[in-house]
Amino acid sequence: MLPVDIIAELGKAGGYAVFFLIGTGFGIALELAGFGDSRRLAAQFYLKDMTVLKTMFTGILVACLLIFLSAALGLLDFSQLAVNQTFLWPGIVGGLIMGVGFIVGGYCPGTSLVATASFKIDGLFFLVGTVIGAGLFGESLPAFEDFWNSSFTDRFLVSDWLGWSIGATVFGVTIFALVMFYVAEKVEEYFKYKATGNAWSWKITKRPYLYGAGILIAVAALIWAIGQPDPIRKWKIMENKYSGQLVSRAVFIHPLEYVKTNNESTIKLITLDLRPNKDFAAFHLAGSENVKLDNLLDAKFIAPLAQLPPNGVVVLLADNDSISIKAWQYLKVQGVINLYILENGLHNWNSLFADKTIHGKTFNPASPPVEVLQLFPKNTYITKIKIGSKKRAGGLCS
Amino acid sequence: MKKIPKKVKNPYFAGTILGVVLFAAFALTHSGLGASGAISRIQVAITKLFWSAHVDRVGTFAAMGAGDRNALDHPSMFLLIGTFAGGLISAWYNGRLKIEIFKGPKITNYQRLFFALLGGIIMGYGARFARGCTSGQALSGGAVLSLGSWAFMFSVFLGGYAVAYFVRRLWAD
Repeated sequence: MLPVDIIAELGKAGGYAVFFLIGTGFGIALELAGFGDSRRLAAQFYLKDMTVLKTMFTGILVACLLIFLSAALGLLDFSQLAVNQTFLWPGIVGGLIMGVGFIVGGYCPGTSLVATASFKIDGLFFLVGTVIGAGLFGESLPAFEDFWNSSFTDRFLVSDWLGWSIGATVFGVTIFALVMFYVAEKVEEYFKYKATGNAWSWKITKRPYLYGAGILIAVAALIWAIGQPDPIRKWKIMENKYSGQLVSRAVFIHPLEYVKTNNESTIKLITLDLRPNKDFAAFHLAGSENVKLDNLLDAKFIAPLAQLPPNGVVVLLADNDSISIKAWQYLKVQGVINLYILENGLHNWNSLFADKTIHGKTFNPASPPVEVLQLFPKNTYITKIKIGSKKRAGGLCS
Repeated sequence: MKKIPKKVKNPYFAGTILGVVLFAAFALTHSGLGASGAISRIQVAITKLFWSAHVDRVGTFAAMGAGDRNALDHPSMFLLIGTFAGGLISAWYNGRLKIEIFKGPKITNYQRLFFALLGGIIMGYGARFARGCTSGQALSGGAVLSLGSWAFMFSVFLGGYAVAYFVRRLWAD
């Protein structure tokens, strides 16, 4: 199942080689579109040549359809893809600045690379400028760092904003792009016909474009009709990948490891208690949250768990394995990374800590202090928690 | 033998190739494409050659190249080298490999190079501000429906259209 972690699969050298090949494809695509020529790029802003808009949105649309079609068919796990974090206002301000740089300089960073590679001196000057500009930004950042870090939402999708399903959003994006292509074609024609004196009309004259649009709409409709897999269907698809960790009990942690982890200041621990309300009310671990299995199928509820920082650990506890395992499956396929189950729930929690004292004093069993660990032999439990440091949010811009 | 430059491809064709490459990038590396991150890394590496203490002091530089961290040891660098190679191969194959300066006919070469450098500085600054450039934010984020990337994309076009009239002499016939 995609995505592949190519550096883990092939090692650093092999992985970097794949990045090089992807880059080569990227460079070829940009060059083929004519993006090595600043005049063509600038013409976009004078409405005479819409190549930039057409190529960019075709690229976005094709990739978008491929990603969500393979996700709908269970070939790709969307939760594992890096989605650019949203810093709304800094992004908008940065975008406006870039628009100015675009029209003054005639390139953007990627296209200036391609221009430089094809010996365009203006491309080289632009590229040198971007290096200087990146440096100036770092130097000036302290003056407005708070603003730069404001209006932040991790992994906030257009579909979340609209309140639509992903399928409906993909369909909407497709229609939006096609309308833009139509307008772009007509605007270009208008300027061309104005020069030659031909009569301009609203009609679509290029048949292949109509067929192309038909195919795109059909694919988008198919994505919408299939729908993105819910956690239950997703687990069926991904069972092979993760069930080993459950069978070998590699994700079941001993209460003492829980206590140790809970007392570690570098770890952000979240405990989800799946027991009935009345049991939770009678006794629960300090800081734990009472949830129902159904909550874990709710994307809104899951979002913060899937977006924990790399030092975030989620521990589940329930009355029996069948509930905690189901919860683990639901969360795992939705992209929660460091996910564990408290072995036996709270069944032997009290018997473990009931008669224990530290320096003759009793302690609150809902939050045993770290000193408790010294009351038990070192080999009481096997350490299971490994902090996965994989950071998916950053992508390649950082 | 001098090659005659071939016509550039239909934008929808080039865009489709771009989209397939972008999908491949997500499928094989779980992140999309990008250029500005690697450009920042080059900047940090150059700064470090001359003034390494400064790299440790400035927050965004330190994240890439503090201490004995090599700013250039990152997948994005290989993506950048690949982009360069792809541009070179395609330009050579299509007869567009030629030392030249692209500019509007009303300005001199020196003027064009000045504005290319200036535009680059503005672009480099903005790309760091927006945490990514046209490739990393607009293309990659757009394809995975990131709301911030879509807002960013429209603001790039808006910024360009807002200023285009005032700099029309740079590009006018």
